[in-house]
Amino acid sequence: MMDAKIFFNDIYKSQDQPSDLLKAFQQKNWNSFSELDLPSVKHEEWKYTRIKNVFTEAIQYNQDKTDFSEEELSKVKLPGTAKANSLVFINGFYQPHLSTLTDGTDRLIIKSLSEASTDEDADFVNEHLGCSNVYHPDGINALNGSFAAHGLFMKVKKGKELSQPIVIYHFSDSRPGFRFSQPRILVSIEENAIATIIETYHKIGNHQSLTNEVVEICVEKDAHFRYIKIQNEGANSNHTGTTQINQLGKSTAHAVTISLSGEIVRNNLNMVMRAEFCESHMYGLYLLADKSQVDNHTIVDNAMPNCLSNELYKGIMDDNSTGIFNGKIFVRKDAQKTNAYQSNKNILLGQNSSANTKPQLEIFADDVKCSHGCTIGKLDEDALFYLRARGISEKNAKALLLHAFAADIIQQIELEDLRNYIDTLISERLTITI
Amino acid sequence: MLTINNLQARIEEKEILKGINLDIKPGEIHAIMGPNGSGKSTLASVLAGRADYEVTGGSVQFNGKDLLELSPEDRAKEGLFLAFQYPVEIPGVSTTNFIKSAVNEKRKYQGLEALDAAQFLRTMKEKMKLVEIDQSLLSRSLNEGFSGGEKKRNEIFQMSMLDPKLAILDETDSGLDIDALRIVANGVNQLRTKDNAFLIVTHYQRLLDYIVPDFVHVLYNGRIVKSGTKELAFELEEKGYDFIKAEVNEATA
Repeated sequence: MMDAKIFFNDIYKSQDQPSDLLKAFQQKNWNSFSELDLPSVKHEEWKYTRIKNVFTEAIQYNQDKTDFSEEELSKVKLPGTAKANSLVFINGFYQPHLSTLTDGTDRLIIKSLSEASTDEDADFVNEHLGCSNVYHPDGINALNGSFAAHGLFMKVKKGKELSQPIVIYHFSDSRPGFRFSQPRILVSIEENAIATIIETYHKIGNHQSLTNEVVEICVEKDAHFRYIKIQNEGANSNHTGTTQINQLGKSTAHAVTISLSGEIVRNNLNMVMRAEFCESHMYGLYLLADKSQVDNHTIVDNAMPNCLSNELYKGIMDDNSTGIFNGKIFVRKDAQKTNAYQSNKNILLGQNSSANTKPQLEIFADDVKCSHGCTIGKLDEDALFYLRARGISEKNAKALLLHAFAADIIQQIELEDLRNYIDTLISERLTITI
Repeated sequence: MLTINNLQARIEEKEILKGINLDIKPGEIHAIMGPNGSGKSTLASVLAGRADYEVTGGSVQFNGKDLLELSPEDRAKEGLFLAFQYPVEIPGVSTTNFIKSAVNEKRKYQGLEALDAAQFLRTMKEKMKLVEIDQSLLSRSLNEGFSGGEKKRNEIFQMSMLDPKLAILDETDSGLDIDALRIVANGVNQLRTKDNAFLIVTHYQRLLDYIVPDFVHVLYNGRIVKSGTKELAFELEEKGYDFIKAEVNEATA
């Protein structure tokens, strides 16, 4: 993997000299990466997702500078977010001059990870940066960590509610060639604060792209956090992303992951409940066509008693697409009175589409309620006939049923304009799909 | 309106309908009775176009069209309606939205303009009264968590919205208490005109106390073995199906 080292040094050399803290962090990650290498399909967690070649290919290309125009941003602005805190990343690097903040520094602090690692937030950075490593002992997380110094730090201040969501626009410019990006974000939602973060991804150009992202969020006591990830980058876009949400006492976290296209997409979502009375909700919808492959790996880790987690992922696969779901729930010895629910439902439309689903519950406490269920099937023939017998065409009946299937997840998006936008996007897709 | 000629159908390898003949004219109400497994529901399903059944012979003319050539949706648009014995629960689709799509697809087929929101609401309110169904029920997911009676009332409500030429009621009375039965029957009676017709599939004579048929047919072993007027239904109620079976067996012996 020395090629990789040379390659990355080349991209990141222009960055500021990292702080000692970050330097040590990067070194530790680089050591892990060198030791672990990239996962092949022999790696249990990557059994269905053949990612190694994508990385190997990605790092052979020279990552030229980008000529990004603001027009690109206006093209992809999400509806209803005109006043939102809008953060722009290009090729994994935060762009302050393209970003706009509605909430003032009395509520929201945005700065480089480098800065945060040397000021009053250094302890936080030291404690939380890299908290996802333990759940992903694979080279991919470590590779991102090896270059974390260019990352971004965000903080929503104690007792404050953001007036607007934070929307993060990630752009990959593939016009010069295969684009490889590694965004890194660390977030602190302080005590009793309320915030929403939305991430969305866009590729410019026709070459391939690979985004290897790590987002780590700490939701402190009594804080409420919502997270929405929207993936609709199109063909030739690859993604490996980890979002970890660490929760402290009585906090709530709510995540919605919507995947509509992409070449190979892997989303790791971890909810780690580190104190009592936390509540977390995880929803996902993958609506796939062509040869898209979307792999959602989720982890709920209950370390303390009296927490609740609820999880529902739904997939519709057409053509040659593949949906993968793996849901781990750990209930540690002390986590009595845990309530943990998980469900994954898949509909296969294409002759060559497939779904792989695996619930994985590891329970070490004895007074808990946990349930899981998964289904893979076709559209319900009886329901289809019922609708057709009322005069609804086969095509419309299918669209109606598929839309109803997806609606459970779409409804979880609280922001009305965004929800309607996603709803329209999905309705349009469904009428083309069938 | 509907002419069934020597209709034969099977599911997988099993012959169920072995030559049905039936003629229904506008303004008529026909009842089909018969013991379990005689093929009553199969006949209803075959007429509506359920794909599980394979038609192996015979023909069905509906208002001059070859019914068996039409897709289920086109049959509905031509004016055929099936009230299901077991209405399907469809989570996430509200009755209101669904029936609006259905009404407007039918109107489009007939070359009529779609109803606007106000027109649709007005029609809906009117028809809701007919079957004493509540608005809140219609904004819920289709049949999801409905009681047996609510599901059947919803079927009659949909029928009234779609205003079919021929309505087939497949054991609509099963699982209904007396009050629900009265409401359902009342709905049917109010929708009855000289231009439309009903085919009522039932086990028991009970429903026919409320909806008085012009003709009663007994289906047994895949054939209509006896036809008569409403008095036949009383006779069946009194004697059971055994005497019919005996007659048939004697005739074939």
